[in-house]
Amino acid sequence: MTLAAEIETEGVAMERRPVYQLRRVDKTYARRAVHALDHVDLTLNTGSFSSVIGSSGCGKSTLLKIMAGLEPPSSGSVMLRGEPVLGPRRDIGMMFQHATLLPWKTTIENIVMPIAIRDGKAAARAKEQDARELLELVGLKGFENVYPGELSGGMAQRASICRMLITEPAVLLLDEPFSALDELTREFMNMELQRICSSRNATAFLVTHSIPEAVILSDVVYVMRPRPGRIVEAVEIDLPRPRTLDMLTTAEFTAYVKQIRGRLDVEADL
Amino acid sequence: MSVTETTSPGAGLESAEHAPETVWTETASWLDRVPRAISMIVLFAAFIGIWQGVVMTGVVSPIILPSPGEVAKDIVLVGQGLLSGNYMLAALWITTLEVIYGFALAFAIGFSLGVLVGETNFGERAVMPYLVAIDTMPKIAFAPLFIAWLGFGIESKVALAAFIATFPIIVGTAAGLHSADQNQRMLFKTMGASRWQTLVDLKLPAGLPQLFTGLKIASVGVMAGAITGEFLGGGKGFGEQIRVAASQLNTPRVFSLILYLSLLGLAIFMFISFLQRRLVFWQKSTVADT
Repeated sequence: MTLAAEIETEGVAMERRPVYQLRRVDKTYARRAVHALDHVDLTLNTGSFSSVIGSSGCGKSTLLKIMAGLEPPSSGSVMLRGEPVLGPRRDIGMMFQHATLLPWKTTIENIVMPIAIRDGKAAARAKEQDARELLELVGLKGFENVYPGELSGGMAQRASICRMLITEPAVLLLDEPFSALDELTREFMNMELQRICSSRNATAFLVTHSIPEAVILSDVVYVMRPRPGRIVEAVEIDLPRPRTLDMLTTAEFTAYVKQIRGRLDVEADL
Repeated sequence: MSVTETTSPGAGLESAEHAPETVWTETASWLDRVPRAISMIVLFAAFIGIWQGVVMTGVVSPIILPSPGEVAKDIVLVGQGLLSGNYMLAALWITTLEVIYGFALAFAIGFSLGVLVGETNFGERAVMPYLVAIDTMPKIAFAPLFIAWLGFGIESKVALAAFIATFPIIVGTAAGLHSADQNQRMLFKTMGASRWQTLVDLKLPAGLPQLFTGLKIASVGVMAGAITGEFLGGGKGFGEQIRVAASQLNTPRVFSLILYLSLLGLAIFMFISFLQRRLVFWQKSTVADT
């Protein structure tokens, strides 16, 4: 399998070096006799945006957990910036389907919480200025001292973006981050995510159920196939950046969606 | 879109100007529309009325059931005694101390055991079955034992009160520690939080609502324990006053003493509710909190 993302564009060749490297990653749950992942190879380059798409139970969540250091692989190697991933790391930022802000902390306290956990309260307080700047970046200026109960779903997810970014992670792992939001908010948040990622040259890896979402955001879309979970195709998305919502109706976009959907439909028959 | 096309989908609306207003209101049953204050006053008046009616028929001896008026007179009498600081106040103070010490002891033991049960596998698998076994016993039956061990002083009453109030606190704490959801636990894992940090920064705050439910149940039990202890073990508390009044067939006094005791119970309950509103400020209030 050739990785489309490895094709180098001239000029940005220096930036396009690999940060995340997975080699022959295998995961078997012995107790349930489930072969969740079968020899997954994956390389993420600096500043790239990749998505993984597949039906439920194709192993994409397991893949993300292994990449995040939340679960060990059964065999294979996971390297981030040349260092093996042997547990949760501060240079890995994660975002979940639900914002999971703690309701007893204000927005800004929630955002600096990863610092408080790792470096203590004093370090967290020192980071509050950075947190304020992040809130401005995601358009939540003025909501610093508001409790999450008063934030809408979209606002809460913006705050959780800030919480992910506060540790200045090398990679962002996104587990269906906007799937609990309504369609319009979700499209808007996707554009915001693109803007934030490009402004910080962040490397992002998105797990999603939505083909249009994967196509509009990604440089590469990985199609996964279940039982055992493995990557069957890497589709390079050659749409100009920055992507806009207008592209959703273009012929190229529709062609990509069709190509990936065809790939997924075939798997559904198996 | 051309002009001719617009008329066809709108054809059914040509008489739109003659459309009647269709504003309507949802009606609740008349019982639910009565203001709360009025409902409560009416209920209280009905209760007193039925009570007075039963007494006036003469079916029940006034020694067994005194009239509301007699009870009211005695309530004033006891109230004056309490305000003037006589032996009644001393008795109430003793019972209050028993309740407060019993509650504090129950909280210390119940919270510690609750954390052990809720946080460790050892606690859940090995300790909890024994706690359930003890909890199913009629705890008031232990009163003679506590009196034999700790004597007729305040200690035996505190012990019984604490013994009854401990179990709801254990259950509330343990259940609360399990209430942090899967996503929040995952978040703490990704942040590299230690077990202690996860407990203090996530599980305990997330479990406060259940802990407070346990505390409210315990606040009722602690009163029952203290009074039972005084019934069986004597002393100088309010329970002893009730026992003496009952043995003298002074039923109005029994009623009025029970009323003052219920005020003490209410005060404790309201104090816990107040703490809950302060500490669990993010929780939407429910019927159980009022």
